[in-house]
Amino acid sequence: MHIDPSLVEWSRAQFALTALYHWLFVPLTLGLTFLVAIMETIYVKTGDEWWKKTTRFWMGLLAINFAIGLATGIIMEFEFGTNWSNYSWIVGDIFGAPLAIEGLMAFFMESTFFAVMFFGWDKVSKRMHLLSTWLVAIGSNLSALWILVANGWMQHPVGIRFNPDTARNEMVDFWAVLFNPNAYSKFLHTISSGYVLASLFVISISAWYLLRRRDIQFAKRSIMVAASFGLIVSLFNVTTGDDSARHVAQDQPMKLAAMEGLYEGKSGAEIVTFGILNPSKKVGDKQEPFLVKVAIPEGLSLLSYHRVDAYVPGIRELVYGSKEHGILSVAEKMKRGKEAVAALAAYKAAKKAGDTAQMAAAKKRFEANSAYLGYGYLKTPLQAVPSVPTTFYAFHTMVGLGTWFVLLFIVILYFTMTDTLERHRKWLWAALFSLPLGYVAQEAGWITAEVGRQPWAIQDMLPVGMATSNIVTSPVMITFWLFAILFTALLIAEVKIMTTQIKLGPVELKEDSHV
Amino acid sequence: MFNSMSYLHLQQYWWFLIGVLAGLFVFMTFVQGGQTLLWTLGKSEEKRDLIVNALGRKWELTFTSLVMFGGALFASFPLFYATSFGGAYYVWMAILFCFIIQAVAYEYRKKPGNVFGERTYEVFLFINGSLGIILVGAALGTLFTGGNFVVNDMHLSHWTKATYGLEALLSFFNVAFGFMLFFLARLLAALYFLNAIDDEEIARRARIVLRYESGIFLLLFLYVAGSILTMKGYAYDPKTFVVHIEAMKFLHNLLAMPAVAVTLAAGIVLLLWGLGLGIFTQSDKGIWPAGIGTVLTVLALFLLLGYNHTAYYPSLADPQSSLTIQNSSGSRYTLVAMSWVSLLVPVVLGYIVLVWRSMNRTKITVEEVESDHHHY
Repeated sequence: MHIDPSLVEWSRAQFALTALYHWLFVPLTLGLTFLVAIMETIYVKTGDEWWKKTTRFWMGLLAINFAIGLATGIIMEFEFGTNWSNYSWIVGDIFGAPLAIEGLMAFFMESTFFAVMFFGWDKVSKRMHLLSTWLVAIGSNLSALWILVANGWMQHPVGIRFNPDTARNEMVDFWAVLFNPNAYSKFLHTISSGYVLASLFVISISAWYLLRRRDIQFAKRSIMVAASFGLIVSLFNVTTGDDSARHVAQDQPMKLAAMEGLYEGKSGAEIVTFGILNPSKKVGDKQEPFLVKVAIPEGLSLLSYHRVDAYVPGIRELVYGSKEHGILSVAEKMKRGKEAVAALAAYKAAKKAGDTAQMAAAKKRFEANSAYLGYGYLKTPLQAVPSVPTTFYAFHTMVGLGTWFVLLFIVILYFTMTDTLERHRKWLWAALFSLPLGYVAQEAGWITAEVGRQPWAIQDMLPVGMATSNIVTSPVMITFWLFAILFTALLIAEVKIMTTQIKLGPVELKEDSHV
Repeated sequence: MFNSMSYLHLQQYWWFLIGVLAGLFVFMTFVQGGQTLLWTLGKSEEKRDLIVNALGRKWELTFTSLVMFGGALFASFPLFYATSFGGAYYVWMAILFCFIIQAVAYEYRKKPGNVFGERTYEVFLFINGSLGIILVGAALGTLFTGGNFVVNDMHLSHWTKATYGLEALLSFFNVAFGFMLFFLARLLAALYFLNAIDDEEIARRARIVLRYESGIFLLLFLYVAGSILTMKGYAYDPKTFVVHIEAMKFLHNLLAMPAVAVTLAAGIVLLLWGLGLGIFTQSDKGIWPAGIGTVLTVLALFLLLGYNHTAYYPSLADPQSSLTIQNSSGSRYTLVAMSWVSLLVPVVLGYIVLVWRSMNRTKITVEEVESDHHHY
């Protein structure tokens, strides 16, 4: 089946556009639901109405964000069908299950109790309301769990078998899919990054109030909750990031090499903390990969394999192979993959003809090479290399900003506890401007994960070029631009509404003070 | 329990669940119907606010039902997901656009600084409730009338018309199906308002809508039901799986499956009873029989479509490519695993009912909306 390369690129662009927009809103929901649940818990424990009104203010901002998150989210589920219909058949037997479970276990919980959380203050008891708020938080995080079970499976497919009769991968071990270690490290890293963003959101807005010398008590108390939460979750985020990177090292060595700009593999590989890539560097040539770099010797080996002398393969070895380290070249994998593709076609033809002997022979040939089936659809070995600059810079941006957030939370929490925050206006400005950086870090993390695994829709199994729908390019181009216009317009509205609400401030608290 | 079921029974079980989800979704489209009645029933700003807030506490459930319907289809019948969504591209994308604009409209409509103005978001709600539902109906209609697709030996599909699904709108049946759902959604909304809103003027206008639009709905329903029972269907041989065309296939299915016939009859009677309560009495309880009737009727239509060796998604381009519950489903292993998960459905329905009851214990009033800082 011939697939137009421009269709693949437009389909990728549309999915990337949708995901980038969706990911602007989801992390804040993941974290802010917990923060408002914590604030409401303080209200229920203390009976202090002040905390109720504070909770309601942050809840109002959450609702604005939540709505647009839903709007962008519905598209993503259906795009697997509309834009990736081959994918939907080839791996739908596994991939559809977590999406369905997400709907049943998480979305209904979120949507049912969301209504109670927002409109049930006077309709249900105080404890029932608190329970609803926590269930919204748990529901939104459960949703992330199932999505990342699905995404983790794409990065590290387990629990499956290719069935030549149906020409698709079929699930043979649900528990392996569910407890895929790759998925859990991604899940924990993703939700903790959402908690970090939510903490930055509360601190940043509160810092703005302090800079404007208004709503002082509200801002200070909000910062106390957010900075405490933020420090804990940002440290947790560092540990989950480390765990996630080790899974990348084991399951997706090409992605790790791209993240680190590691062209030549070595034992005791250094980790680059800052670097500028040499734009003319090609895989296999003798040029230096970096124009400038700051590196920690043996750091990459240590972090990836917990041994300073561990061997970390580079892009060159992963493409051209290394007998010494038992790495097959991509060319060899492509050869075996093409053998698998041909055997599968022979099997189907023999089955149609009712030739059982040929079927058995073709099946045997297929099974001997089926592990490399996906490579059979690649055109050149270098296609197996993702964009190194995009992956490298995105990864280092994420890590650099993540480190800055830990420092920020420590300093802000210290100043808050010593009640000196208002005097440190430079730190208040730093807190204010860290919010956009939080969004940059979120998107950078997503780009690292998704660009770094190209060309694979399913790691080593299904390249994106084979996963698209069999349609012409123009409908995808049209919907791409429609989405771009619509999402941008909605984003503008969202930001304007959000900033207007922030400028208005916690109105209910002000009404209280007038009384 | 599920482990010992045959593959066919698992496929039938999942088709049943898909039918239930479709039924629940159609019932929940009272939200969309209500959005199209905004200006008909709400003659002042405060009344429109009241209507939007009555719907605003439920819209996410409808939205979630649609997402759940998609997710369940993906998990249980992935070939349909791939073939229909990937082929009838324009129709599904248009439906999705209609739902994207709904998702923000409730929250943004009354918020200061919403850039596009209150009226724009009300238009979004109207588009979602009208065009969105008519398109959903037309898409469901193609389950009876078929699509222009071919599935190859590797089970990969492609569409044969450059209009990518829009050609479905040239079928009078599909369009009538869409308008039937549109009017049903409006009637269910009118019944919901009687049950959920404490406002005499809105109640009076809702009963007028019920009185006039029930007739239009019933005419469309009779046309659609009559067409279904007399149209040709795509049957398949259970041994060879060869597809052939059979005259009055759905009538034959109805006669061959008395339980489905009873479900359909019960659904229609309950729906009419609910409408009757709203039209001929002062009762505000019509939404419940009408809602249950809707779920049963849609379920029965889905069972007519997929059971008794029927292709539930006929291919007009190549009849042998037609989708059946047997050739388009997930593997036996996945269906068993997902069947265990499906035992959560009663739990989910249980807490939805409990929350609904506690939130709707008292009817919503203008005063309640105005006193809430977070109102829509």
